[in-house]
Amino acid sequence: MSQAEATVPRRSLALSNDVLSVFYRLLAVGIICVVLSFISDAFLTTNNLLNVLRQASLVFFMASGLTLVILTGKIDLSIGATVGLSACVAATVIKATDSAMLGALVGIGVGAIVGLGNGLLVTKLRIPSFIATYGMLWVVHGITYYYMSGQSVYGFPAEFRAIGSGYFLGIPIPIYLMILFLLAGNFFTKRTTYGQQIYAIGANTVAARLSGIPVNSRLNLVFILSGAMAGLASLIYLARLNSAEGDIGETLTLPTIAAVVIGGTSLFGGVGSLFGTFIGGLILTLILNGMNLLGVSANWQPLITGLIVLLAVWLDMKTRSKTDASS
Amino acid sequence: MSDRTMGERAAGQGLSFLGRVPGVAFVLVALFAIFATLSPGFTTVPNLSNILVQSSILLLLALPMTLIIMTEGLDLSIGAVLTLASVVLATVALSTGSLSIAVLAAVAVGSAMGLLNGWIIAWPGIPPFVATLGTLSIAQGLCLLLTDGQSVVGLPDELHTVYAGYLLGLPIPIIIGAVAYALMHLLLYHTRLGTYVPALGGNREALRHAGVNDRLVLTVIYGIGGLMAGIAALLLTSRMSSAHPTAGIGMEFDAIAAVAVGGTQFERGEGWLLGTLLGVITIGVLRNGLNLLGMPSSIQVVCVGLLVILALFLDGMRRVEE
Repeated sequence: MSQAEATVPRRSLALSNDVLSVFYRLLAVGIICVVLSFISDAFLTTNNLLNVLRQASLVFFMASGLTLVILTGKIDLSIGATVGLSACVAATVIKATDSAMLGALVGIGVGAIVGLGNGLLVTKLRIPSFIATYGMLWVVHGITYYYMSGQSVYGFPAEFRAIGSGYFLGIPIPIYLMILFLLAGNFFTKRTTYGQQIYAIGANTVAARLSGIPVNSRLNLVFILSGAMAGLASLIYLARLNSAEGDIGETLTLPTIAAVVIGGTSLFGGVGSLFGTFIGGLILTLILNGMNLLGVSANWQPLITGLIVLLAVWLDMKTRSKTDASS
Repeated sequence: MSDRTMGERAAGQGLSFLGRVPGVAFVLVALFAIFATLSPGFTTVPNLSNILVQSSILLLLALPMTLIIMTEGLDLSIGAVLTLASVVLATVALSTGSLSIAVLAAVAVGSAMGLLNGWIIAWPGIPPFVATLGTLSIAQGLCLLLTDGQSVVGLPDELHTVYAGYLLGLPIPIIIGAVAYALMHLLLYHTRLGTYVPALGGNREALRHAGVNDRLVLTVIYGIGGLMAGIAALLLTSRMSSAHPTAGIGMEFDAIAAVAVGGTQFERGEGWLLGTLLGVITIGVLRNGLNLLGMPSSIQVVCVGLLVILALFLDGMRRVEE
């Protein structure tokens, strides 16, 4: 059989697998929504649904950057800590200069610098990404605590708070931002050379290097993007909470990883999509929202999140090994 | 690297024994000299003994972490498991009034969490960092549910004598640390299980073909990590005479840092316990010295991170030279 004949059916199979996996996840969203609307009257209200979408948007900003990192087969465990540092630095800049724009740029910049640090640890010092970014987590955390020294910064100008709590045509502004980044990110990953190179690195790093892809500079790029997106998420948090403290991002990393994994992006790299991550974030937010509506104590949240992550990774590995065996 | 034979590997270890001892020991001596100059209270006997006593908890976590990292694994949950075991110890001690039952319960909970880690890593093959991040969250969640975020206080006074007491003229934590080190040394270098550890990291496939139940071995190694965290929980709870639901959070970072500073490789199945011991003491000296200089713990964490980067950087340079 010639090469061309062999590849055509396999491609269509891969496509149908992708479509199928998105379909299953949308089905999960539908089922959760139906179940929640039965057990709680408060679920199917415009307010609650917009609230779910707004929370999902926060998860999406962090998870979209992380998705790029995971697509290359690496990981970024420093996201939560980066959100904390970015938020605190941006908050003090906004308070000092009264300029929302400058504060936003600084917040995103701080995130990008932390991301660059991660990238350099991984590409220059060749430290495995889970160790490098985990070390970065604690270092950034320490810097944030030292920087804030137990204080909090609060009270920001209305124009800045609008990006977190404002509305346009009755819909929260973060939701517009999420749709914007979802479309842009989807274009970037699926339709640009850079995006395809990211997939190629995750699928087979050695082959990617041998075919001339500048692997190290692409890895630096995805870590910088991951940090910058964490910086962006920190601004939305800041605008919504209207105050910044040292512990602001502490519990965000695991839910972010959960969203990516639930969305079908493989921790081994090369497989997944930003649209999947969007749905993954939505599923996670719906579950947490449902717990909230049912009056489950917030103390259950870490336990449930941990179980969801393990379950999602396990399911992903199980289905993947099955499709690998069949193809 | 991975296709080196055992003989070459042993020879390589002999070479790196000379090459590596100065590495971490040099850092240790340098730090020692810096702090001895900067703060007069540093070189007193009570303070030096204090460093060793404080390092004992970290040693109990870093020893099994060495084995785990040698298998190309990682345990991010160890700090949270330590905290959970501490909370269980305190809760059981309060409700039963028996310290020995409480210690048994803590060790059992620690071991169970460790075995859970090993099981989900060995059988479904979940990557260690995400598996143990999941169990970290589960352990933290259990702590919250057990304590509702409050400290557990009012423990029997005899508990405090474990950490503050002496046996044969030596502080009890140092004795526990020494015994743990001796046992781990025996396990790693003088048992069959120990010989499987570097093979799990270096060449798991070969181990499986040799008829070894590699998954079971891996599970046991993570289980040992949990067990040691349970014992460390006794020291931690005894030190504070209470249990806090956030007390051990981040301890895994120091443990991983100690292993890395000690020269254990993350990707080659190579490691050694003596390096980890020196790494633990180095971090103990660093934190103690910074403490004496009035540095807050946030700065200490940053310094530990920088220390690791420095150690890995030097390690990378030496590897290039070889």
